[in-house]
Amino acid sequence: MHELALCRALLAQAERIAAAHGAHAVRRVELRVGPLSGAVPELLRAAFAVARAGTCAQEAELVVHEGAIEVECEACGARGPAATPNRLHCPACGGWRTRVVAGDELLIERVELALAPRAREGGAEHV
Amino acid sequence: MCEHCGCTVTGGNAHLLEAGTPGASRTVEVLEGLLAANDRAAAHNRAHLARHGVAAVNLMSAPGSGKTALLEATIEALAGELRIAVVEGDLATEKDAERIRARGVPAVQIATGTACHLDAHLVHRALHELDLAAVDLLLIENVGNLVCPAAFDLGQHRSVALVSVPEGDDKPAKYPVLFRAADLVLVSKCDLLGVLDGFDPAAVERHVRALASAAPVWRVSARTGEGLGRWCGWLRALVAEVHAGAAAATR
Repeated sequence: MHELALCRALLAQAERIAAAHGAHAVRRVELRVGPLSGAVPELLRAAFAVARAGTCAQEAELVVHEGAIEVECEACGARGPAATPNRLHCPACGGWRTRVVAGDELLIERVELALAPRAREGGAEHV
Repeated sequence: MCEHCGCTVTGGNAHLLEAGTPGASRTVEVLEGLLAANDRAAAHNRAHLARHGVAAVNLMSAPGSGKTALLEATIEALAGELRIAVVEGDLATEKDAERIRARGVPAVQIATGTACHLDAHLVHRALHELDLAAVDLLLIENVGNLVCPAAFDLGQHRSVALVSVPEGDDKPAKYPVLFRAADLVLVSKCDLLGVLDGFDPAAVERHVRALASAAPVWRVSARTGEGLGRWCGWLRALVAEVHAGAAAATR
């Protein structure tokens, strides 16, 4: 239900990144969204289609990478996948004292910018 | 034919071609949280609260789980001992803030309009309406919702999730993201346990443990006062901890 708020935050970040790189438009945004992030990829896509209107990402494609949940056991040290978002037990010993090491991400991984006229460098870099 | 094969493109004029090409692009690696702006505002709130030695608790639950009733009972139980202020989040109306003010405690109502959760920016604005120098404990009642509030850090020191007896004992299994974010789970309206015998408090605890959470699961009733002593003790300990932190920071 809060996916529209998430998309607005995402678009504000994308606009800042575009401005910082002198780009006139955002072509593509890639997210990593874990099952424990509280965001639903399908709703994110629907909200993005609405929220992007009138921004520099109005024609941008949204790609959502859905990660899997991985836990590490505090008792036996085993690391592996969790059964479901509401069963985070250790896959080896079955204990409940585990730590989520993957699956709660809500990250912007990368954005692809359309270069403004006169810009000419290509390639990837970190902000 | 040279305009087709590109043999006329040289190091000196390539940029002219690239700038006019619709395909010219750059990929930027970001690896930043989607809620980075909210998280920065939450950190700011936390620092602001710490400076004033104010302990903040974020209360989350479904609508109608008894958050406001618990706050009223808490205010009464801690009267004369801790200076409490309340931030109330609702889509509309001042009703909850009015209930709190009737108990003689300052309350700021945040009407979120259509937003289904509080965020750090909204809480920041509310903080500026309070005299934090005169507050020990800030209780933030989030919008009644078991999904969205979990995603937004407000700058609180602890989060509490309520599940009321009429709702059913499987709420933590159905809403794992929110219950996983709770430092304490309260089974509210526990005076109804004798009437609604389908509710098993032990099942709530099992579901919370399945989320790899060590959060205590305690029963409370605002009506009978059951469990209020333990809950108030937990709040006292938090206030003492935050005060000690503030004292250490100013030394």
